[in-house]
Amino acid sequence: MLSIMPKVEEKLEKRYTGGLSRRARITRNLTLIIPATILALMVIVAIFANLSWLGLPNIGLAPHDPTTGVITDRFLPPSFMEGGKSEYLLGTDRLGRDVLSRVIYGTRVSLSISLLVIFITAFIGTVLGIISGYLGGRIDGFLMRATDMALSFPGILLALLLAVSLGPSYWTVVLALSILGWAPYTRMVRGEALKLSEADFVAQARIIGTPPIRIMVRHIFPNVINSLVIMMTLSVGMIILMESTLSYLGVGITAPTASWGNMVADGRSYLDTAWWIAAFPGIAIGLVVMSGNFLGDWLRDRLDPRLRQV
Amino acid sequence: MSKVLLQVEDLHTFFFTRKGVVKAVDGISFHVDEGETFGLVGESACGKTVTALSIIRLLPEPAGKVVEGKIILDGVNLLELDKNEMRRYRGSEISMILQDPMTSLNPVYTVGNQIAEAVRLHQGLRDEKVNEEVISALRLLQIPSPEVILGDYPFQLSGGMRQRVVGAIAMSCHPRLLIADEPTTALDATIQAQYMALFKDVQAKTNVSIIFITHDFGIVSSMCHRVAVMYAGKILETATTREIFKTPKHPYTSALMQSVPHLDQKGGRLYSIEGQPPSLLNLPAGCRFASRCPVVKPVCREEEPPEVQVSKGHFVSCWKVK
Repeated sequence: MLSIMPKVEEKLEKRYTGGLSRRARITRNLTLIIPATILALMVIVAIFANLSWLGLPNIGLAPHDPTTGVITDRFLPPSFMEGGKSEYLLGTDRLGRDVLSRVIYGTRVSLSISLLVIFITAFIGTVLGIISGYLGGRIDGFLMRATDMALSFPGILLALLLAVSLGPSYWTVVLALSILGWAPYTRMVRGEALKLSEADFVAQARIIGTPPIRIMVRHIFPNVINSLVIMMTLSVGMIILMESTLSYLGVGITAPTASWGNMVADGRSYLDTAWWIAAFPGIAIGLVVMSGNFLGDWLRDRLDPRLRQV
Repeated sequence: MSKVLLQVEDLHTFFFTRKGVVKAVDGISFHVDEGETFGLVGESACGKTVTALSIIRLLPEPAGKVVEGKIILDGVNLLELDKNEMRRYRGSEISMILQDPMTSLNPVYTVGNQIAEAVRLHQGLRDEKVNEEVISALRLLQIPSPEVILGDYPFQLSGGMRQRVVGAIAMSCHPRLLIADEPTTALDATIQAQYMALFKDVQAKTNVSIIFITHDFGIVSSMCHRVAVMYAGKILETATTREIFKTPKHPYTSALMQSVPHLDQKGGRLYSIEGQPPSLLNLPAGCRFASRCPVVKPVCREEEPPEVQVSKGHFVSCWKVK
């Protein structure tokens, strides 16, 4: 009886004092390791698609030029399938361009656009949301009506308008997605800030004479981060899809340049005969979205001091 | 006779709501001496907290407003200060402790960090100096091993410990007036007693004046030098604690005291005051307590009783008292 006591105690101690078993620690960190690896690989792939930025345009990870195809090699299936050629690992599209190379180059466009748009919109949305929620009154009324307008405005229409006046380009896409994209953030952050501005610890901060700006930055913002991060990671997929819509309408990333969105749009008409054209960029989109969500979860746990302790 | 620190004169604080004007504080006057603990007693919704918020000027705007009166802290009328001047007063001259220690600390910062914020804001000190001040504030509130506690997050501390931390934040910039809004209500009885002893100790060390808001006469008897009894936005009786316990003059004061349970009283029902306080939206003519008063006279329902001095420092507003 006595001899087993230390073991039990040790187990209990491990359980309750934060000494997690090795397996538990690894599974917990899988939500970091997997998405971080995927995203890191994608970033590396995007950077080393070719080395033209080092003055070496012919060396890189992409086996072919993404924009020129061999017309006799069109609609070739992936190399592991019957009829595939070994030089086209993931097959070719309707113009005989290598799908793998296009997915690799598309990473550059899709990742950079979504990251850029997310940070721009989240930044604007957070600033406006905190101001609106904390200061209230007339400022709140004005900002919320502006948000209503942004939310009710058809985004595609505005994007078309922008494309017509500015011409379709990378920056047009960023602008078109950012110009209305801040509104959901503002709405969400404003709600949180409003709730927090009634919190006792904010009252306590006022009691010791903290200026309003400091309260917003130090007391409201850190308590909004959790929801913000979740919303940011969830919007990765949405932005990639919106970019593809714009590309499909011809106002986004235009023809020969590859983006995941326009590849999916391109391959849609051949889904029954050449599924690989749309499927591989689709898988890439899925991986990014999933990694974003996992990373968001992990980050949320890290940011909560309650969970950080264990 | 010690020096007067805070003088509140004829304070009227109203809330302008859709239903009408709520006269939360309707003409009260009192003073607090240096190093004194002044009790503000009354049932809930009688205007105790609104009085406190009026003094520290943190009423929920734009609904709540001080319409009339003066709040003079050491010669300065707080109501005449502009926003920035008032902000500098908060924390360094006047501070306040809220009721619920579980929610009055920011969950994302360590204890040390939160105390340091007040110190940085008001004293403009360097990092090592800030740390010293933080530790001395924690020491003042008798927090064991302050060097360890300051690295802790609020959720790691017990309720009593959190309330001490809140106290340390409030005292960190050496205010001259501390408003404690039912700071012990959320604590259990033994911790309550500890906390009150702590307050006395803090006061002895710093000579801070305390306005102690409570509904508990038990706390008043052990904490306060003088007391004001509030009812429906008015002060009905002001006296020293000793005097008010010995000779309560206002029927409401005696009724309140009778409704406190005593250990030596066995059996029987606890006394309670019949009825409800009047609506602050629609106050009756005459004395506010008339509808619940056991010794009501016809004049009570017609005219408000004037404040009468019955002995030195003992004021009562009641027709019964001549």
